[in-house]
Amino acid sequence: MRKNNVGKLLAILLFMPLFLVGCSQNRQKITIVGSSALQPLIEQAGNDYHLAHLDSNIVVQGGGSGTGLSQVQAGAVQVGTSDVFAETQKGIDEKKLTDFQVAIVGIVPIANKGVHVKNLSRQQLADIFTGKIKNWREVGGKDLPIIVINRSRGSGTRTTFEDLILKGKEAVNSQEQDSNGTVKKIVSTTPGTISYISFPYANDENIQKISINHVEPVNKNIPTNKWPLWSYEHMYTKGKPNEATAKFIKYVLSKKVQKDLVPKIGYLSIHDMKVTRDSQNKVTKIGD
Amino acid sequence: MAKKEQDLQEVVEQAIAQQKVPHVKFKGINPRNIDIARLTKPSKETRQERWGKGLTALAIVLIGLLIVAIIGFVGMHGLATFFTDKVNIFQFLFSTDWNPGAGPKHVGAAAMIVTSFAVTLLAAMIATPFAIAVALFMTEYESGKRANLLQSVMELLVGIPSVVYGFLGLTVIVPAVRTIFGGTGFGILTATLILFVMVLPTITSLTVDAFKAVPKELRKSSAALGATRWQTIFHVVLRAARARIMTAIIFGMARAFGEALAVQMAIGNAVLMPYNLVSPAATLTSQLTSQMGNTVMGTLPNNALWSLALLLLIMSLVFNFLVHLIGKKS
Repeated sequence: MRKNNVGKLLAILLFMPLFLVGCSQNRQKITIVGSSALQPLIEQAGNDYHLAHLDSNIVVQGGGSGTGLSQVQAGAVQVGTSDVFAETQKGIDEKKLTDFQVAIVGIVPIANKGVHVKNLSRQQLADIFTGKIKNWREVGGKDLPIIVINRSRGSGTRTTFEDLILKGKEAVNSQEQDSNGTVKKIVSTTPGTISYISFPYANDENIQKISINHVEPVNKNIPTNKWPLWSYEHMYTKGKPNEATAKFIKYVLSKKVQKDLVPKIGYLSIHDMKVTRDSQNKVTKIGD
Repeated sequence: MAKKEQDLQEVVEQAIAQQKVPHVKFKGINPRNIDIARLTKPSKETRQERWGKGLTALAIVLIGLLIVAIIGFVGMHGLATFFTDKVNIFQFLFSTDWNPGAGPKHVGAAAMIVTSFAVTLLAAMIATPFAIAVALFMTEYESGKRANLLQSVMELLVGIPSVVYGFLGLTVIVPAVRTIFGGTGFGILTATLILFVMVLPTITSLTVDAFKAVPKELRKSSAALGATRWQTIFHVVLRAARARIMTAIIFGMARAFGEALAVQMAIGNAVLMPYNLVSPAATLTSQLTSQMGNTVMGTLPNNALWSLALLLLIMSLVFNFLVHLIGKKS
């Protein structure tokens, strides 16, 4: 009798995955995959949305901008989130995708406190990251070698930074870290380091935020493009979104989310912007 | 039908006649009332047997399919770099220029291959003497409570998730290496120190098994010849267990080679040929984990990562092959 039970148990275990897969597809669900920078905002928005619309089923996953774009292009998910324009990614046909820009996030260069530099010109910043300037003394700081901590190749933050600051030049080959938190930790503890992180992570006394051309890295300088280092957070759908997805995106773009949740997480509302920037980095004033 | 029944009856009668010790199964059976159906149909045990066989076969087929699918998928994408994107395989293996986003001329994994092997070999080199010492203590010198305690400590070390090792490395070992050896603290040395702790339990427990497998007679004869305990260990036990210790080391190396997360957190992820032990570098696995999310399926940067994955797969096959080879030899 005992043997028989073991057999039954084995049978149940073998077939359980099939049942579970079958069950989860009963409800219409929106799967959102991609940018880890946008993940906290969408997750929170998804939870709030679910409270108001109990029949909704929103699943949010990270994985990176590249994953988001390729998954949505393949039709595997309803929404792919990205920190970069689909146009800039090889292998993605942006004509098949619909772009919804839902928030703005600023990027700020940070350095170790011990370098005694608070401001850099745009050119100096570019020279540091291309390896031309190798010592903090050359930019008015302490006599200390510069250690560049780069972001992972192809990540949204790095793509934005290199497009806007390096203007197509190759960054020096150096350490790469892929998360804002790790970068912050390394920069705060390693003498002579410089890197860049997104605004929501930068409010930390142990690191030195660096102004560019004496413009301070604060949210209020972004809408006018006075602080030039910022990027859009995109939600991409394949073709036109279906009804449920369209409703959720509309909710993310609504005043409730944009006025409350977006600033709370440290982003800038898309409605505050006084300029737009296209995928070629051309900036136009709204209304012109 | 009737003839068959008669035949059967005859067989049963014959069996009962020949039976010397009355068999339990024959007790209720006599030539008059035979339950033909019960005797000719498969018994409950046979059905169980078939069920069991079927279920295990199904499980094996599923797992087999899974393995074939994994190897096929990794192989397909990994080879696409060479066939679709026309990357020269020698350039992939021997060039240090890694920037797949810039085109097929910039796909060289040599720096990562060298770093992967460096951390693996160094970790195994540091861990092996410790593992052998601990194993000797547990089998030759001590076998009671203290050995059991050590055993559970080792098991605990296996159970700690690799992200915890990585986090500890980032907070403790990185600053320590920076202060003592200079540099940023990220590099092969830091990764080696973390991997040392991670592979130690693997090598130790397998070495313990190796020592336990050495026959007692060998030790006793050695003692009878007047050898001290150390002489016995050095000349008899270690020698007899040599092949199995090699296997233990290779298993440890396989673990070190495949470890991704902890290494990624401590090695600095710079795809540069390491010029010393404290310069930031990148292994095959650390490059995979930090880049996978940033590439688009089907493009060269993505395929190049699959090639790294294929390389890892091949290496783990090589490690397995080595283990078998050593097993056969001994």
